[in-house]
Amino acid sequence: MEYTILILLLPFVSFLFLGLAGMKLRPVVAGAIGTAVLAVVAVLSYTTAWEYFSAGRDAAGLYPTLMPWNTVWLPISGDLHIDLGILLDPISVMMLVVISTVSLMVHIYSFGYMKGERGFQRYYAFLSLFTMSMMGLVVATNIFQMYLFWELVGVSSYLLIGFYYTKPEAIAASKKAFIVTRFADLGFLIGILVHGYYAGTFTFTPAATTLAAGVMIPLALGLMFIGGAGKSAMFPLHIWLPDAMEGPTPVSALIHAATMVVAGVYLVARMFPLFIGYAPEVLHWTAYIGAFTALYAAVVACVQSDIKRVLAFSTISQIGFMIVALGVCTSNDPHTGGLGYMASMFHLFTHAMFKALLFLGAGAIIHAVHSNEMSTMGGLRKYMPLTHITFLVACLAIAGIWPFSGFFSKDEILTACFSFSPVMGWVMTAIAGLTAFYMFRLYYGIFWGRENRELHAEHTPHEAPFTMTLPLLILAAVTCVAGFIPFGQFVSADGLPYTIHIDGSVATLSLCVAVVAIALATWMYAREKQPVADRLAERFSGLHRAAYHRFYIDEVYQFITHRVIFACISTPIAWFDRHVVDGFLNLLATATNGASCLIRQMQSGSVQRYCIWFLGGALGLTILILFIC
Amino acid sequence: MEITLELIVFIILALFICVSAILAATTKRILRAATYLLFVLFGTAGLYFQLNYSFLGAVQLLIYAGGITVLYVFSILLTSSEGDKAPELKSYKFIAGLVATLLSLGICLWVMLRHDFLPQHFEHGELNVRTIGHALMSADKYGYVLPFEVISVLLLACIVGGIMIARKR
Amino acid sequence: MIKMEYYLVVSTILMFVGIYGFVTRRNLLAMLISVELILNSVDINFVVFNRFLFPEQLEGFFFTLFAIGVSAAETAVAIAIIINIYRNIRNIEVKNLREMKW
Repeated sequence: MEYTILILLLPFVSFLFLGLAGMKLRPVVAGAIGTAVLAVVAVLSYTTAWEYFSAGRDAAGLYPTLMPWNTVWLPISGDLHIDLGILLDPISVMMLVVISTVSLMVHIYSFGYMKGERGFQRYYAFLSLFTMSMMGLVVATNIFQMYLFWELVGVSSYLLIGFYYTKPEAIAASKKAFIVTRFADLGFLIGILVHGYYAGTFTFTPAATTLAAGVMIPLALGLMFIGGAGKSAMFPLHIWLPDAMEGPTPVSALIHAATMVVAGVYLVARMFPLFIGYAPEVLHWTAYIGAFTALYAAVVACVQSDIKRVLAFSTISQIGFMIVALGVCTSNDPHTGGLGYMASMFHLFTHAMFKALLFLGAGAIIHAVHSNEMSTMGGLRKYMPLTHITFLVACLAIAGIWPFSGFFSKDEILTACFSFSPVMGWVMTAIAGLTAFYMFRLYYGIFWGRENRELHAEHTPHEAPFTMTLPLLILAAVTCVAGFIPFGQFVSADGLPYTIHIDGSVATLSLCVAVVAIALATWMYAREKQPVADRLAERFSGLHRAAYHRFYIDEVYQFITHRVIFACISTPIAWFDRHVVDGFLNLLATATNGASCLIRQMQSGSVQRYCIWFLGGALGLTILILFIC
Repeated sequence: MEITLELIVFIILALFICVSAILAATTKRILRAATYLLFVLFGTAGLYFQLNYSFLGAVQLLIYAGGITVLYVFSILLTSSEGDKAPELKSYKFIAGLVATLLSLGICLWVMLRHDFLPQHFEHGELNVRTIGHALMSADKYGYVLPFEVISVLLLACIVGGIMIARKR
Repeated sequence: MIKMEYYLVVSTILMFVGIYGFVTRRNLLAMLISVELILNSVDINFVVFNRFLFPEQLEGFFFTLFAIGVSAAETAVAIAIIINIYRNIRNIEVKNLREMKW
């Protein structure tokens, strides 16, 4: 399967070509090149997946872990070295399929969405770079390679968020995303180094020395999780993701919904053998963090008015679900406590599809009304029927309604949670209900509800062009059928095949909760007048305002960075640097300057004066020698 | 110390040299300075004759007095106009120069006169020109063929350099 | 008899008169004349030491001979430079030669 290297090389070549020669090309040509390359990559990914899974299991009943390419890149000591290569195992192959699918959809969609934008070629170059980095991340053979591509992903995310670099908010958002994730990545890097030092290896499989390292391995894993939490927007490092919505909407769909933000989940899944073997407590802590994040984001999503922000918080919440699913695992065996691993990966897969669909649908709506605010929408179902239907499909999927894909994956997660502890199960079920509620609030707010008639009369919304609706239809179709994929046959915690069976009581419970939540949302938001919602917002105005301002987490950051770090630490350091360090050097320079000015006077250029000095000096020396010595 | 003709001649020469030198260094008119320089050179040539180095005295007269002084006079005539006088010296420069010079002179004379030089007189006897010629052309010890050739190259370089520098562009 | 010191006294006086002239004169040609005085005093010293101390070896003699030649060369080049300066600034006062200072 040596051709897998092309999956990385082709987008990279495309990035270089479009980045260097893009401005010479016509935008359509550049876009076509990028999309064609991505189509080839997608075909290669599908072929890889087909070949990998059809090759069958080995004698132990596992899918083999293949490394078609692996070269020592940076030897550090005897057996500690950093490799670059390609690793194929069930989850990386699954991720290849997800990434290439969503990326291809986004490439096609961007033809319509980004039409006429300045920097169209640049946009496709960055998309190629991102795809290459993300592919490199998932096929990494060791943590260090993962870290390399992890940072590359961060860079391309930064570039794409700041794509509209003339907008101050976009620049601020890109910087925020980069800095926050950089801080988290520092933890990741330290974790990698600690792990490399104590375990003596950068590979994912635990080495013989790992056990002897004692408390250091859980510490390293915890630090790595900080990096993952940064990328996956876990509380309290989530603050960059809502702001990242300043980027173009297809970018939000690709990077900030489907692929990059689940890198943290993927990281935990990659390190799963270590987590479960050496640090189950750390794993459970990630579950608590994930649960809290899911709850927090769901509450905030209920009151946001910017549709992309609602989707951003819903993404955070859903990633929380995935982390929880991983965190509640207690063993390797999916039959006894290891179900969460499979559930998490399954939810990652389905979520990528329907969340990309939601974002692309939101993009079509924004394209139609030229605004992100829900107040400018309402009643759009008449104008955009295709978008309406696909958006509804995605909403039903995320709410967990049978037979859409979200139902199956969420059901597995809830089952895993209930088997971990009933409290966790109930909490997650409630959050699933909240999810259904805010998604349908969004749905009604866009397609039903109060219509902004003046605005629509002035500028009639229209259905998106074919290039945009085609990806919507494809993704909607995938969302409808993805749930019936026997996912457990391919991916499970111990690698053995696992047959997914729906737990009747949990399924009934979650379905009931979802239906009730949808009904509540319908009652509150479907009609032109929304007395209940308005009254509730007035009654709990404090809570409403706090949630609307995301519980002031950004303000807390602002306070900490500006008032505490900048004022108490940075300013004195800057003062010290400017006045003491610089002052010392300036003093040196001034002294040298003054001395040379003084000496320069002696350098008069007059030979006669030199002669007198010379004579005086010779005289002085002579007298010294004659009379003193 | 008996007074011989030799000593009288020497004293006359010495006074002549010193007075001419002082005048050459202090006179305001540059052409006069050149003339006093000529006198100094004559006096020096006289000293050489007195020391029985008549070849050297002849060379001194030929090159210095005959060649270089003429060069000075020509260049003075080229570069200064009629009645040019050196401006009055600023007093501090005058005093600085005078003090430094006199002090140094005093020290040198003091050191020199305190020192006893072994030979009180020299052997008279003319230096043979043949000896000089052989020494100049010899490559043995105390032979000077290498400096001789070097100085010829130097003079050639001087001719070329002088022309290069002074020619009109 | 003429003692050696007498010659040396003459050459020392000549030397310091030359230095005085070199330090105080403002005209380039006058400075050059002073340099000639200094050279002459050195020549006298060479000859005197040779005559009195090493009459057999003739080193001082030849040194003087070559010094005369070198001073001729030096004078020729110096005068060429001075004439060139004169052509450029129309006089040869040292105080006007500020162009190449520093």
